[in-house]
Amino acid sequence: MIKLTVNGVAHQFDGDTSTPVLWFLRDELNLTGTKFGCGAAQCGACTVHVDGKAQRSCVLPISAVDGASLTTIEGLDPEGNHPLQKAWIEHQVPQCGYCQGGQIMQAASLLDKNPSPSDQDIVDAMSGNLCRCGTYTRIHKAIKSVAASTLSQNDSGVQQFEPATRGRGVVV
Amino acid sequence: MYAKILNQLTAPKPVSRRRFLLGAGAVAGGLAVGFRLPPAQAQEGETAPINPLNAYITIHPDNTVTVLSSQFDMGQGAWHGLASLVVEELGADWDQITVKGVNGNPAAYGNLTAGGAFQLSGGSSSVFTSFDRYRVAGATAREMLKAAAAKRWNVNVDSLVVSDGFVRNGDQAASFGDLVADAAQIPVPENVALKPREEWSTLGSDALRRFDTDPKTRGTFTYTGDVQIPGMLTAVMIHPPRFGATVKSFDGSKALARDGVEHVVAIHRGVAVVAKTMFDALQGKELVEVEWDESAAEKRGSDALLSAYRETVMNEPEVVARTEGDAPAAIKQATQMVEATYEFPYLAHAAMEPLNAVAHMRDDGVLDLYGGHQAPDLYQMIVSGMTELDMSNINLVIMPTGGGFGRRAVLDADVVTEAAMVAKAIDYSAPVKVQWTRENDTLGGRYRPATIHRVQAGLDENGNIVGWDSHIVSQSLIKGTAFDSGAEVDNTVVEGASNLPYAIDNLRVGATMPQVGVPVLWWRAVGSTHTAYAVETFIDELAAKAKKDPVDYRLAMLKDHPRHAAVLKLAAEKAGWGEALPEGRYRGVSLHESFKSYVAQVVEISIEDDLPKVHKVVCAVDCGIAINPDVVRAQMEGGIGFGLGAVLAEELTLKDGYVQQSNYDAYTPLRMNASPEVEVHIVDSDAGPTGVGEPGVPPIGPAVANAVRSATGKHVTTLPFQKGMRA
Repeated sequence: MIKLTVNGVAHQFDGDTSTPVLWFLRDELNLTGTKFGCGAAQCGACTVHVDGKAQRSCVLPISAVDGASLTTIEGLDPEGNHPLQKAWIEHQVPQCGYCQGGQIMQAASLLDKNPSPSDQDIVDAMSGNLCRCGTYTRIHKAIKSVAASTLSQNDSGVQQFEPATRGRGVVV
Repeated sequence: MYAKILNQLTAPKPVSRRRFLLGAGAVAGGLAVGFRLPPAQAQEGETAPINPLNAYITIHPDNTVTVLSSQFDMGQGAWHGLASLVVEELGADWDQITVKGVNGNPAAYGNLTAGGAFQLSGGSSSVFTSFDRYRVAGATAREMLKAAAAKRWNVNVDSLVVSDGFVRNGDQAASFGDLVADAAQIPVPENVALKPREEWSTLGSDALRRFDTDPKTRGTFTYTGDVQIPGMLTAVMIHPPRFGATVKSFDGSKALARDGVEHVVAIHRGVAVVAKTMFDALQGKELVEVEWDESAAEKRGSDALLSAYRETVMNEPEVVARTEGDAPAAIKQATQMVEATYEFPYLAHAAMEPLNAVAHMRDDGVLDLYGGHQAPDLYQMIVSGMTELDMSNINLVIMPTGGGFGRRAVLDADVVTEAAMVAKAIDYSAPVKVQWTRENDTLGGRYRPATIHRVQAGLDENGNIVGWDSHIVSQSLIKGTAFDSGAEVDNTVVEGASNLPYAIDNLRVGATMPQVGVPVLWWRAVGSTHTAYAVETFIDELAAKAKKDPVDYRLAMLKDHPRHAAVLKLAAEKAGWGEALPEGRYRGVSLHESFKSYVAQVVEISIEDDLPKVHKVVCAVDCGIAINPDVVRAQMEGGIGFGLGAVLAEELTLKDGYVQQSNYDAYTPLRMNASPEVEVHIVDSDAGPTGVGEPGVPPIGPAVANAVRSATGKHVTTLPFQKGMRA
């Protein structure tokens, strides 16, 4: 019997312990904000927090989260008003939006560890998350705006950045 | 299968609204092809004014307003666009608006780029086809609400003002919801006046933020894959390992022994494992043994295909799409002859949401089909033919999807038919979601075709182009499909080359379209994804031979194309074209028209590890009136990312008929670490709105290639760069 909490609610699971957390969330709990993109930890659409750390739930067996506390995009903020979510809206980031829950969870984990990341820190942290619509410039600006506002306590907003780095299409 | 549909399509009588006749040839714009309604139907659609309260807008007594969208939203913002058109004329409050996909009324929803004959989202035409239609609907509904209020209050309609979802007469006010029952009784007025642009309050500005942004940042937006119906099962497909193979036999007994696996069934496109959960289905799939009949399968590899194309391209083209003067003779007589042969790989759409669809037979005998139905009337007809259900018993529920890029507009309705046929195979005993894996999606065909172009040109002693001869070898997207109108030239193969804007007296653009068993499809920007690259890098090659500046060289040939010239000048000016750059930085430029919009891009790159690193893109776009400028900017940014990822590192290859890339580890779209800063400038225009979803894509590849030429002197003719620069 696996016991875990998801978004603060206790759950038990007595099925196949190799079940990836992604399918437990989607098919057992009907928490569909966490998306299936690749099933191979290549795209980041399934990113959730396990004890506060961003993890790819599509390759994470539920046996590995026994006793853990999980947070999904639905539970990132009780009102859906995490500073990153507000920044995403301010910068009109999503197009199709399918990857954006994972992007936000990844970014939240970054800011939790590093509240004032450099441009390069953002690129390094976010390059494992694919966005086929190509919203990267807006994702970067949105993260930067939250980092900046945390630092200066204002919404000074968009800053110049230089996201292109060495390497092409390579997962960091 | 197609024979059956074609019989339906061409059956002379009776003609129902849902049936198409194959008609005139393909027109520009990728998806706008071949269908025409028989004349009687077209007239029927044109005579009576369409009641907006039936076709385009539903105003509910609770004061919410639903915009009924004929256009499918795969993320490009079509629903936002149509809603913003309605809101401007209707005078609704943005917060009372929701949008819903609809279908089943070609007279109201037929795409105007296809003559209005059938419903389709594609060819970057959502706003183009909706601009008048949804504004007129909004204005007509507004007049009906006003007439209802005037009657109720016994006042002259001219004294009424409509805004924020209310009709007002001085201190009197009534909400739309309050008035709608009365308004529905008002005869539909004809020829309502539309607001002139100067009086727009929200259209043309960034005042309206996309209504889908909030749920998309909170994980509460419902995509096709998120549809939940009590008792629904999930099916995973086992597709043939090679294109054209079919199921000979299968053994599902081991899979069925696993907990959660409910059915293993063979359908027209493979074997489906139907289970309680996705994980059950995935586990069950591993236990199924399938024997395939590969007698009709395509067994060639992409290397073999491309080397055959390389020979073909040296021959005379099979068809000529455009000819002026005598190109071969002019080139022969020219002072200098220049030529290049380009190679483009197969590309996958690789949308983030793998293909899926849901089929649910309701208690009333109607089959609900949920999915990203990009050509719904066609899908309904195909499913009807296959399931033998009457079309009136097939209800399409048009869901938003996580990307698309052309992949959801398929002439055989692939995944939609899978959902319907799996449901049928289990006697409609439960709702079924067919969910492709990433591997199903990448290996599943419908690629941008691999293509070879040969371009030859002749220059006179001053470097002017006296002749241009271009031959494109590519599979046709349309030949042999239900969309084949019999036209000699498939415009989706030559578009972007055949409409070359540069003034060249002797010009020929030809094509040869080999038959290959690898299924192909429109891929965001379609023919222009390869033609723009060949044309725009070759122009730079010629400018270099002529020792002329690439911008000046183009402008000298664009005297009859002021909109092309204007975007080129704007991009050059904003990018500081001609100004000094830091050491190690290089610029490149390109210009391309697609989907009736004009885009020029100037890139700034450096070279690292023998490959281009793009730092900045300055993009100028003329898409007519930009009804939602921020959506235009977003589509340019996204189009640039989509096109850049492709030229840098995307490539699908086949070995002996087996596709060699199956997931994002091997098929590698752009990531943030290669994503440039993008600056978008929109030309202020009074022309009608045109495409934005696709036109940002074509110019980026050639602009980067032209910058690579500046940096290295190398003309990259094989894509992706990862291959072409390291060969």
